[in-house]
Amino acid sequence: MHPTSHDFKANAHRAMRDEALQGALATLKKGFRAKRGVAVERLPEFEALRDAGRDMKNHVLAHLDHYLELFEAKVLAQGGHVHWARDAEEARRIVLDICRASNARTVTKGKSMVAEEIGLNAYLEKNGVRPVETDLGEYIIQLRDEPPSHIIAPAIHLNRGHVAQAFVKAHPQYPADRPLGEARELLDEAREVLRESFVTADLGITGANMMIAETGATIIVTNEGNGDLTQTLPRVHVVLTSIEKVVPTMEDATTVLRLLARSATGQEFAAYTTFSAGPRRAEDLDGPSEFHVVLLDNGRSNMLGGAFHDMLRCIRCAACINHCPIYGAIGGHAYGWVYPGPMGSVLTPALIGLEEARDLPNASTLCGRCEAVCPMRIPLPRMLRHWRGREFERHLQPGRVRLALKGWSWLVRHPTLYRLYTMAAVATLGMLGKRRGRFTSMPMAGGWTNTRDLPAPSARRGFMDQWATGRRR
Amino acid sequence: MSEKPKRVALFVTCLVDMFRPEIGFAAVKLLEDAGCIVEAPAGQTCCGQPAYNSGDRADAAAIARHNIALLAGFDYVVLPSGSCAGMIAKHYPPLFDDDPEMAGKARELARRTFELTSFLVDVLGVEAVAGASHSGTATYHDSCSGLRELGVKTQPRKLLGSVAGLTVSELAAPEECCGFGGTFCVKYPEISDRMVSDKAADATATGAALVLGGDLGCLMNIAGKLKRQGSRIAVRHVAEVLAGGPLVAPIGESGEE
Ligand code: SF4
Repeated sequence: MHPTSHDFKANAHRAMRDEALQGALATLKKGFRAKRGVAVERLPEFEALRDAGRDMKNHVLAHLDHYLELFEAKVLAQGGHVHWARDAEEARRIVLDICRASNARTVTKGKSMVAEEIGLNAYLEKNGVRPVETDLGEYIIQLRDEPPSHIIAPAIHLNRGHVAQAFVKAHPQYPADRPLGEARELLDEAREVLRESFVTADLGITGANMMIAETGATIIVTNEGNGDLTQTLPRVHVVLTSIEKVVPTMEDATTVLRLLARSATGQEFAAYTTFSAGPRRAEDLDGPSEFHVVLLDNGRSNMLGGAFHDMLRCIRCAACINHCPIYGAIGGHAYGWVYPGPMGSVLTPALIGLEEARDLPNASTLCGRCEAVCPMRIPLPRMLRHWRGREFERHLQPGRVRLALKGWSWLVRHPTLYRLYTMAAVATLGMLGKRRGRFTSMPMAGGWTNTRDLPAPSARRGFMDQWATGRRR
Repeated sequence: MSEKPKRVALFVTCLVDMFRPEIGFAAVKLLEDAGCIVEAPAGQTCCGQPAYNSGDRADAAAIARHNIALLAGFDYVVLPSGSCAGMIAKHYPPLFDDDPEMAGKARELARRTFELTSFLVDVLGVEAVAGASHSGTATYHDSCSGLRELGVKTQPRKLLGSVAGLTVSELAAPEECCGFGGTFCVKYPEISDRMVSDKAADATATGAALVLGGDLGCLMNIAGKLKRQGSRIAVRHVAEVLAGGPLVAPIGESGEE
């Protein structure tokens, strides 16, 4: 996917004028937040569970090589294959090679953010393999040829009208005037069309929410059951995931699962939690005859031990996104790449470069709500600030802003001059604003005064000035 | 009280100093009424958030050094702002990760630093303010740093509960940021405006005639939006109402209209 993060401001401007999107965001905020709130309320040990999740992941990250090797050995022992991909390019090539080796023309796909990250669909298509998304949301955005706008609800920016339109265009086999106004009708049609793909696909690609080192199993969590059909029906199953998703034991996986569903959708458990461990065994009733796991690094191992280490604990639950007031105002596409919201604003600069994504860490009030809800206790605001620090070091901010900041910081450390300067400012502003108590426009503060008034100083002399001359109350 | 009175440094913050000194004097009254000896150290300027939140750690640390020296020796440091108190209490110490001596001093200062309402309630055990009355309904905006970094939520409400005639009607989304965010509001004015518009709508929907809060930055943002909309809702710092003295015009008003 070609990033448009450098156009963040323009993207956001457009998003705030998109009525359908704004309607969807209002629903999203209410729904996800309320449901998570109830689910958390109902689990008295939720806070302790968060600690356990954090500690477990910290342990894994400290011994990542060990657990990955353990996992690999288990997969191999069960007759599966493990492929290591340093970057997106390598991962795409590996998947294509597997498709070619098994003569796959049509592949079904479960929802996978890693596949989005490496731009898999476009690549496969270019190389003669037809990918069909089977998660309803992913299917819809595939038809519309657009990226997901949310990591667990990829088509959240669309309404039923959009979906009906996309279906009429994409499914010419049905009468053009069929009723598609109800969610049920859309679902039924998608199910019918997708069923065909499920049975004809030669290969199925899924992501993985986790890999278990102890058993060599990968786990996917869905609410539609599409993942099960994607991975059991075709002859070949490819799991595409990233290295930080390994956990030591089944018990550890359970800790994450309990946090994940509650934080994401407010469910106690997702509707389907599916484990895959190796290809079909002799006594199995179904399953693929080939099983591959592709493990993507793509910059993650560089994050280990550094300022963004904690981000590798992320379980992609989207709680930070659902509670973010910025995401709530502009939606996911404005962020310009695969991962939106606070987790995206931390991750994206690490994965596609700070130059391209320089707006993302700044477009935050650091209100801290993301960290407050993150099940893995990831200090997202601290990391956003850290990116700002790197931008400052590399002079990536506008020179004018930098100069103003530097000037202020200098003045602040020279109290006598500071006092003279602020006394003059207060006296002037206080006098000019005396009649109305506020300004409706102010040179160089247009960002503020274009849309809101600027309160004027309430007095002609500041607090410290008055205090110095003896006022106490 | 037989205890020795506490010597408190009032750090008014740059915004209160310049834009609304009455908040500072209200804080002095509240602290003195609670038995403290209050001083406003003369060299105080700004806590350093603009530099810190813009990624300029070096300047933030230099400002922190200045303030650590300035505020040494007081029993407590109190600020009428959750975000500036949070800056000193939570963000000064990690600025000195590679300077153990300064880090120690920063932690020592952090332990003595409090947001005003939290200091009154949590440290001094104040249960009620004396002599304050304000008839009508107010709503309360919890500023983000106060709420999430310092746990300021019940304290202002508890004190407001003792203001005669005042009812507090809560916002529908009390945990939502108002969109101020320091330099954020001028760097991303459109998004900021969208957020403060939501906050103004929420405040309006409560039917309250007054918005109170503990951070002047947020309050200027909310008042600025309400006034632009032509709203009659008044906006004030919580200390103004708690202090119970005569009130100046609300934030962004002159009393002459
Ligand atoms: S950063 Fe935390 S809240 Fe956000 S998606 Fe990751 S785990 Fe969930």
